[in-house]
Amino acid sequence: MEALTAIVIGGLTAASVYLMLARNFMRFLFGLVLLSNAANLTIFASGRMTKGHPALVPYGEDAPLGVVGNALPQALVLTAIVIGFGLLAFTLALAFEGYRRMKSVDTDEMRFAEPKEDTTK
Amino acid sequence: MSWVLVMPIAVPFLTAVVAFLARSYPAGRWISLAGSVLTLIASAVLMAAVLDEGVIAAQMSNWDAPFGITLVADYLSAVMVVITAITGLATAIYALGEIPEETEALGFYALFQTLIAGVTGAFLTGDLFNLYVWFEVMLIASFSLLVIGGGKERLDAGIKYVALNLVSTLIFLSGIGLLYGITGTLNMADMRDAVANAENQGLVTVLAMMFMVGFGVKAAVFPLFFWLPASYHTPYFAISAVFAGLLTKVGVYALMRMFTLVFVGDVGFTHEILIWVSLLTMFTGVIGAAAQTDFRKILSFHIISQIGYMTLGLALFTPLALMGGVFYLVHHIIVKANLFFVAGLAKQYAGHTDLNRIGGLYKSAPLLAALFIIPAFSLAGFPPLSGFWAKYLIVKAALELNMWFVTFVSLLVGLLTIYSMTKIWGMAFWKPHPDGIDPTPDRAPPQVTRAMIVPIAGLALMTIIIGFYPEPFVQFAETAATQLLDPTDYVTTVLGVQP
Repeated sequence: MEALTAIVIGGLTAASVYLMLARNFMRFLFGLVLLSNAANLTIFASGRMTKGHPALVPYGEDAPLGVVGNALPQALVLTAIVIGFGLLAFTLALAFEGYRRMKSVDTDEMRFAEPKEDTTK
Repeated sequence: MSWVLVMPIAVPFLTAVVAFLARSYPAGRWISLAGSVLTLIASAVLMAAVLDEGVIAAQMSNWDAPFGITLVADYLSAVMVVITAITGLATAIYALGEIPEETEALGFYALFQTLIAGVTGAFLTGDLFNLYVWFEVMLIASFSLLVIGGGKERLDAGIKYVALNLVSTLIFLSGIGLLYGITGTLNMADMRDAVANAENQGLVTVLAMMFMVGFGVKAAVFPLFFWLPASYHTPYFAISAVFAGLLTKVGVYALMRMFTLVFVGDVGFTHEILIWVSLLTMFTGVIGAAAQTDFRKILSFHIISQIGYMTLGLALFTPLALMGGVFYLVHHIIVKANLFFVAGLAKQYAGHTDLNRIGGLYKSAPLLAALFIIPAFSLAGFPPLSGFWAKYLIVKAALELNMWFVTFVSLLVGLLTIYSMTKIWGMAFWKPHPDGIDPTPDRAPPQVTRAMIVPIAGLALMTIIIGFYPEPFVQFAETAATQLLDPTDYVTTVLGVQP
């Protein structure tokens, strides 16, 4: 299971780097989504994957019975997903507004805050 | 004890809520101002408690460390919280003069107070994942503040700033996950021992590099700083001042914390890299500044250059160097925020920030000229201003280690900083205005000038005080450095047991 997860994380990261190297800002954003999923899976996997029961305390007991899965990474991933979701929503809105004003999603043409590159050379 | 640690975070958050509700009324800005004053008081109480007891810690919701979230303040955290509150107050006053009503109605003050809360939280937390959460609070507020008011320039800057910062955050997040995998803990004090006892020290060093890259982007060190000069010259001056003062310093703080508390297993490797990174940061920053002719762009590049001195203090890893690093952090926040404030007022008077299109400020606004001289020459390291002592400590630390090249670069960068500062002085203040007009203070309404000059004068006064009476500040930095290099107190206070 660990090996499979590791390969998935690697694949996601590779795909995200490929996308993020593109000039198109939307492709960059999709790469960012993949990278954030890879990061979340990393946290999940590093909490050790056990075939156990959910970390719940049965009624009438003081502690969970038997082997339970590590609940902390799940809580961390959940937090990271929620935060990532919020940031992504903001970034999409920003990209849309940027496209509306600048009429482009090509990062080479988005040169309003920085001086334009000298292309005559 | 816990309320002392919670208040500096809770007050700005509450202020943000109230300011958001009152955003369409003039009361909103006064609520923000009152909130900043209260935050400063709360930070002063925290500082008093830390001075009294050394290190203080509080377990949130009474979950004992290392299981719950710990808030902890040692000397470094406490001074950063105080300086954050001071910058926050100065900006809240400055914003009264600069921020137009329609921007206020968009919730400017709520975002600003959230930013302050996020920064303060990052300085106070003792839990690595919680640090990530504070980073995000700070980031989302800063994203919005950067683009608020709109315009092509700001959106362009915002997109680049957002993109690079999000990538760095994800690197940081993956690092946290993997470090948790090795150590089984997220509490930074608990992590110290767990990392030292980890079987696979090679992996620890790899993770150290991941954290160095993640925090390095935030701190804008070479070669990860490209988002900074692309964005810091576009937002409102109040915002670029608070960004310049605080945001990159959170990255430096996080580096200082992690590379003194947790990643100290292979100092010869990690800190050697930091030395080279610092030198290149200092040098590229100052050279970049020399090529610019815009007031704020010059200052932006100088942020990068000065960050190098702070990380150099960490990289040399001696008590004296760290002491210099801490002193530098505090000095730099005051001075750099102030220079951006001055740039804003200069624009009000002269109409532009491009140095080729303004001039004559010395003749028509001598008070502003005098107030520019203080932070500018402090930045360049002129005695007896605060920057001189900061640079003196770092250079002395390098000399004690017989690192001649490091000393040479530090002094050279100081010299080149003078070049940029005199360039601004010559072009904005001495040279006659190219349009042949006198930039008069009358061009700005008197209430605007008043709101802007008060924080500038206040911060300049602090620069002078630190410059003329460095003794208590240096002693404070010395204790902070001692605590960083020997975090036994920190660890025992957080965990509540002898290690």
